[in-house]
Amino acid sequence: MSFPWAEQYTPTNPFMKYMDERLPMPRLIYNSLGKGYPTPRNLNYFWNFGSLAGLALVIQIVTGIVLAMHYAASTDIAFASVEHIMRDVNSGWLLRYLHSNGASFFFIALYIHIFRGLYYGSYKPPREMVWLLGLVIFLLAMATAFMGYVLPWGQMSYWGAQVITGLFSAIPLVGEALHSWLLGGFAPDNATLNRFFSLHYLLPFVIAGVIILHIWALHLPGSSNPTGIDVKGPQDTVPFHPYYTAKDGFGVGIFLILLAILVFFAPNFLGHADNYIEANPLSTPAHIVPEWYFWPFYAILRAFTVDFILPAKLWGVIAMFGSIILLFFLPWLDKSPVRSGNYRPQFKLWFWVLVGDVVVLAYCGGRPAEEPYVMVSQIASIYYFAHFLIILPIVSRTERPKPLPNSITESVLAKRGEPASPGPGSATPPAQPAV
Amino acid sequence: MVRLIGFLVGIGFVVVLGYSLIVGAIAYVGNPPEETVEHEFHREAEAVSFASDGPLGRFDRQQLQRGFQVYKEVCAACHSLGYVAFRDLHDLGFTEPEVDAIAQQWQIEVPSVDPDTGEAATRPATAADSFPHVYPNEIAARAANNNALPPDLSLITKAREGGADYIHALLTGYRNPPAELPEANQPGTGLYYNPYFANLNLAMPPPLTADGQVTYADGTEATVDQMARDVSAFLIWTAEPKMEARKSTGWAVLIFLIFATSLAWLAYQNVWRDIKH
Repeated sequence: MSFPWAEQYTPTNPFMKYMDERLPMPRLIYNSLGKGYPTPRNLNYFWNFGSLAGLALVIQIVTGIVLAMHYAASTDIAFASVEHIMRDVNSGWLLRYLHSNGASFFFIALYIHIFRGLYYGSYKPPREMVWLLGLVIFLLAMATAFMGYVLPWGQMSYWGAQVITGLFSAIPLVGEALHSWLLGGFAPDNATLNRFFSLHYLLPFVIAGVIILHIWALHLPGSSNPTGIDVKGPQDTVPFHPYYTAKDGFGVGIFLILLAILVFFAPNFLGHADNYIEANPLSTPAHIVPEWYFWPFYAILRAFTVDFILPAKLWGVIAMFGSIILLFFLPWLDKSPVRSGNYRPQFKLWFWVLVGDVVVLAYCGGRPAEEPYVMVSQIASIYYFAHFLIILPIVSRTERPKPLPNSITESVLAKRGEPASPGPGSATPPAQPAV
Repeated sequence: MVRLIGFLVGIGFVVVLGYSLIVGAIAYVGNPPEETVEHEFHREAEAVSFASDGPLGRFDRQQLQRGFQVYKEVCAACHSLGYVAFRDLHDLGFTEPEVDAIAQQWQIEVPSVDPDTGEAATRPATAADSFPHVYPNEIAARAANNNALPPDLSLITKAREGGADYIHALLTGYRNPPAELPEANQPGTGLYYNPYFANLNLAMPPPLTADGQVTYADGTEATVDQMARDVSAFLIWTAEPKMEARKSTGWAVLIFLIFATSLAWLAYQNVWRDIKH
């Protein structure tokens, strides 16, 4: 792991030496987050969002564990127990608003992190496993967030659970049986609420486990960088600590300031009024919408309106899951050897169309299922699938990339308008490290 | 191989979506959606300014007490306030004996059990109790209200789009149905026209009908608009009783975070001063 010029962990304190021979935990930290992890010197702030997502997960786990001490997963009192947290538990309002808005911030960090990976080609060799594990984390986070939203047992909780679990009944033959197996009944009820609470508590720890694999896989080749070219020598890297701990520290500050503004001054801005009405199986809300981070996928689900060989509902379910599954094949769909979008003019153009397309999908997913939103989401869904499955493979063959800089250091110095001479102490750049 | 399969799958999705789009577009052009009557006559609530608005907003306790009086004398006949306890009224500036008296004299007693016979009974409320429900169950509530269910008001300003503005608009928005309103949308028996309500006709009779319906102890003139404002302000408090603590904590947290983030910025600049990046 890591580059040959990485600093070695050499404990001087007798206790640390003793520990290092028995449980080399400090060595592990040193080599993954400390001076022993050489990191490209040119990472921009888009490289901050992985650790921000990790921070958001920690906030979710800490606030969630305390909330679970006061929450009661029973359909009779779940809603009342949330109000008990809001009114009678010391700082319960703070815990709950941090948890509900923290979920949104987790997804903001995840989405920026994923689009960073898409633009800079972070999914390409040798980091395919990092990408695949990241997608597993994304899927687990979506499942966790969905089940968490059911727990307050408001109207949107109940009807969201009804709609999303109802998707499984679209599967031919086994659909109905699968649906009632997932719910523990024919409609969301106490059995559903209890299993969702159990899984909502379990999955974040599974996510934490997969994050360890994600970082493990990342640290074999090391972080990618905005040029997308490989690290060639010590002059291209800086130790993670103190350089990136300091840089990320500022990003963490901004992230927490934005979270605080939402939590303390607009805590229900991202929520839905209907979820302050207790669940009522006999009264359907006028518009059932999921939380904002599911809107693009909800728009794809609802874009299929006509039966075509298969029922429209089944098409919608296949496409919604397919829209994420296809990302697992991205490393093999885009075969361009150039990683960074900075050097791929056509790819860059299509990438920004995709970003706009996902924003349009999200907007349509948050609107009622009526015209013109359905037609707009159909056009946007066409582009979404065409982008990954048709345009990207063709572009990766036909496009002529711009010339790449010779090294990270050269690109940094060129950006600064300085001659592209190697930095001090790097007269003879070492050969490419074998990873 | 992956790319070939992907290409075919992509074509498949594009074809099915394109087919859906064409069918939908033909239907849209041939039969454009008409504006519903509800949509045409519905009005959005006008913004009302409350002392609690904005990041620096705090409750006007005098107004909350007036709003509580309106709730007690008007709304409480049908609407419960189940998530609020009498002890919470301390927040409105009531003293302990006043809160005890309010609880003792509340028009509805708390369901209880006769300590001698074990039969169902009621007892006067205490400060520790939450506001008792007006009706024992939903069936009783509907039976007494022409089959309509008066919602609990504890969370109402968070449970409706538009919040307190909507409550104020609804309370002051009753009027005679306009002549051009189609016959099918005219209010039926036991329904009242109110353009701020989503389907235009609601089962709640106009609760605030005349100026001076309640007599304010602080001498404020009890116009319908004033009473509607006061009770809306009170319902902001019932839905979010910790709002003041939230906002003042927020300022302390923000000041700390801005300071800490400034230090983090300086540390970042200092650490990176010799490295071009």
